[in-house]
Amino acid sequence: MPYVELQQIRKTFGAVSAIDEIDVSLEQGEFLSLLGPSGCGKTTALRIVAGFERADSGRIVVDGQDLTHVAPNHRDMGMVFQAYSLFPNMTAADNVDFGLRIRRQARGDRAKRVRELLEIVGLGDAGSRYPHQLSGGMQQRVALARALAIEPRILLLDEPLSALDAKVRVQLREEIRRVQTQLGITTLYVTHDQEEALSISDRVAVLSKGRIEQIGPPPEIYDAPATPFVAAFIGTMNRLEATVTDGATGEVEYGGVRLPIDAARGRGNGARVLVLVRPEAMSLEPATNGGELSGEVVSHTFLGSVTRVRMEAPGGELSADVSSSAAAGIPVGRRVSARFPSESARVLDLNDEQAPPAPDPDDH
Amino acid sequence: MATRAETLGAVRPEQTGSGRRRLSLGWLGVAPFFLWAGLFLIAPAIALFFGAFQTEEGEFTGRFVSQLLDEPYRTGYIQSVKISIITAALGGLIGVFTAYAALSPAAPRRIRSALTTFSGVAANFGGVPLAFAFISTLGTVGLVTRWLDSIGLHLYDRGFTLFSFTGLCIVYLYFQIPLMVLVIAPAIDGLRAEWREAASNLGASSFEYWRRVGGPILLPSILGGMILLFGGSFAAYATAYALTSGHITFVPLQIGELIGGNVFSDPHQGYALAVGMIAVIAVAMTIYFLLDRRASRWRKGA
Amino acid sequence: MTRRLGLSGWFWLGLTTLYFLVPLAATAEFSLKEVDGYGFSSYRFILDDPQFRDTLWQSFQLSLLTVAISLAIFVPAVYWVNLRYPGIRRVVEFLSVLPFVVPPIVLIVGILYIYKASWLPEWVLGNPRYLVPGYVVLSFPFMYRSLDAAFRSIDVHTLTEAAQSLGAGWTTTLGRVILPNIRAGALSGAFLTLALVMGEFTMANIALFNTFPVYINYVGQTQSNPAAALTIISFGITWFAMIGILLLGRRPGRGAIQVGGAR
Repeated sequence: MPYVELQQIRKTFGAVSAIDEIDVSLEQGEFLSLLGPSGCGKTTALRIVAGFERADSGRIVVDGQDLTHVAPNHRDMGMVFQAYSLFPNMTAADNVDFGLRIRRQARGDRAKRVRELLEIVGLGDAGSRYPHQLSGGMQQRVALARALAIEPRILLLDEPLSALDAKVRVQLREEIRRVQTQLGITTLYVTHDQEEALSISDRVAVLSKGRIEQIGPPPEIYDAPATPFVAAFIGTMNRLEATVTDGATGEVEYGGVRLPIDAARGRGNGARVLVLVRPEAMSLEPATNGGELSGEVVSHTFLGSVTRVRMEAPGGELSADVSSSAAAGIPVGRRVSARFPSESARVLDLNDEQAPPAPDPDDH
Repeated sequence: MATRAETLGAVRPEQTGSGRRRLSLGWLGVAPFFLWAGLFLIAPAIALFFGAFQTEEGEFTGRFVSQLLDEPYRTGYIQSVKISIITAALGGLIGVFTAYAALSPAAPRRIRSALTTFSGVAANFGGVPLAFAFISTLGTVGLVTRWLDSIGLHLYDRGFTLFSFTGLCIVYLYFQIPLMVLVIAPAIDGLRAEWREAASNLGASSFEYWRRVGGPILLPSILGGMILLFGGSFAAYATAYALTSGHITFVPLQIGELIGGNVFSDPHQGYALAVGMIAVIAVAMTIYFLLDRRASRWRKGA
Repeated sequence: MTRRLGLSGWFWLGLTTLYFLVPLAATAEFSLKEVDGYGFSSYRFILDDPQFRDTLWQSFQLSLLTVAISLAIFVPAVYWVNLRYPGIRRVVEFLSVLPFVVPPIVLIVGILYIYKASWLPEWVLGNPRYLVPGYVVLSFPFMYRSLDAAFRSIDVHTLTEAAQSLGAGWTTTLGRVILPNIRAGALSGAFLTLALVMGEFTMANIALFNTFPVYINYVGQTQSNPAAALTIISFGITWFAMIGILLLGRRPGRGAIQVGGAR
């Protein structure tokens, strides 16, 4: 029995459709991320759950209770905003105390709980400081403590790390996950950063244009993108627009080259497909003769442990992650040929729709 | 070796000591301001201090200042303070509510700009024209007076008159309210939506939000605005003069009487009155600065 | 949260709208009143009065003079404070706000006390331009804030250094780079000062000069309908000044809409 349900939510703002249809549920204690580019409706969905927006149709059900028409201050949810949400006229401790005070808890109990929570988020000795005396990362920790203080049924986070420095972001997202696991609180997390979502969630829902494109555990989203959009949005993918030449054996033609692709079996000949291969599955060798995917090396991008090497194949550019030492052997301008294991490729049907434009390969 | 930037004197505060040749140019730039302020602001103010304690012949005396505590000057100060407090409080509150209504995200955008525009004009529309505008409205044969007559409410028969303390209060509000709107608008804009939403999310009702978050945050700005209103009202001369021909006991009008070259003229008493005015306003402005600093600290912290 | 503007919101807006518009309407009505019916005779009466033209022109001249001097004083001062002397900013700010503490009634008394017949010749004391120094002081808060906001918004250091790195000399930098960018702020301060001087009654009245507001008061003490007409005209002038400011203040990152009023 799901703990939180968003049932068939729809929302338009005037002429603009923010949410086409969203239908998703969370188990108790689950950490679900709503992931997508700006404008995809993820924040709107979260605000509908929190009660700050009203859906045009659909229901929000929590623990069996229909909260669709309940005022936001009666939903017993804790929310962490993107930035600037701490009350500037109160210390960190008073901020955390706020929800407890509203609920008229006894003073002694409150003080104890505030201390506990500040400890949990690692700010045990910062309680008496004012928001303007705290760094962005610390402010968000306080915001988290404040939301958790009231022991809400759900924790909602609206891109809480977007306004922070990269390093703080990585650190803090681990903390959020740690606290969430420790307290076992059902969590709905909104972000546009796919690395963030994949690293800390139990499940990820990828959204585009107000609809859920795919929902599943991170490895599934990463390895088996269900739609061209997800394939383009998650990680870096080599995207080969190819045509099926032999549906029985699973052979496709790409840029004039025939490739064996297991996953292409069962499709009709002439069908247009998108073959997806991760750069780490792609390997490059100095070219010997024609007849394979070969071309010149176009660029090297040093990524630390690996180097992303791009080459110009007959059908388009391909990226391969090779060890940095091996990359030295195939400098820019060298002719190389690419190969990948047939089973590592995923296939999506293209039909009439265009594959979405590939984002910059270096953009994570 | 001076860089080009230093040659022109565009020295950043961190840089030191170069461009000494250009030092004179910079000082030449700010000197006129200080000169003017010194000659026509500071000097007159200081002169007044001396004049308040001197007789026409030049002897030092404290009597002009001590007479401030006697009639009619005592009443003058009391009445001036009274009208200033009343119009500051009333104008302040009405201004805050109006500004909040017009600036809230729920209000149509045109209302917001209309209010700001009009407030800018109305805050400057004071003195003589304002007095006559209200004579046309609430004077003995003013539009509203006549209209009230026609529905049976005879204002002037009931003892109301525009040319009185109460009447002046009504008139003063015309520039007090817009001034408050203009002063409080940035503070209201500074109320972030996140605070309202966070408070609601944590269980607070509208009232509790205002009581614990919104109110405390706005309070310094509201008080500060009211103090500005107080100062403006206290110093006002033209409106009261035009409306009552100088026949009401306010300090600015009393000063006018004493300075004028007529038979009642007693300039040094006037100087003493003026010094008293400076003292009152100076106290008010000091409180204002302290409040303003507090308010901006929270705005910065957001 | 998308909420409708509540009943109380509309109430306040309605109430204040009424309070502000009715006197204007009443004045307009009064100004058009004639012995029987309505007409423009009050306006014609005013416009025919030579004193109207004389005092209006007089006040206008005084305001132009005040604006010119105020700009001449403040533009360099604010420029240098922003560029080289941030340390004295506090002092300049304090002095520019001081006129609030030394209001017109006090200022004119002080000025008359010092700059008096015992050492100044009659041609100075009798000339309405005697008021200008005091008017410039009254303009301090508005001129300074308008200009300072404008200068701050353009990052004076960077612009000056950029200009110099491209080879510009001092006059070019000031004339071609700095001044055009603070134009909106300067004009904003200018219009505010214009409105200020055109409406200034206190100092002129005490010093016994016949400026436009003094004239309005004189008319008002004797004839109420022409006074109403004059009030409408005066309001129109204030509007004109404010529209000027707003049109300039609209440009993003330039100028500043400031608040007014000495009474």
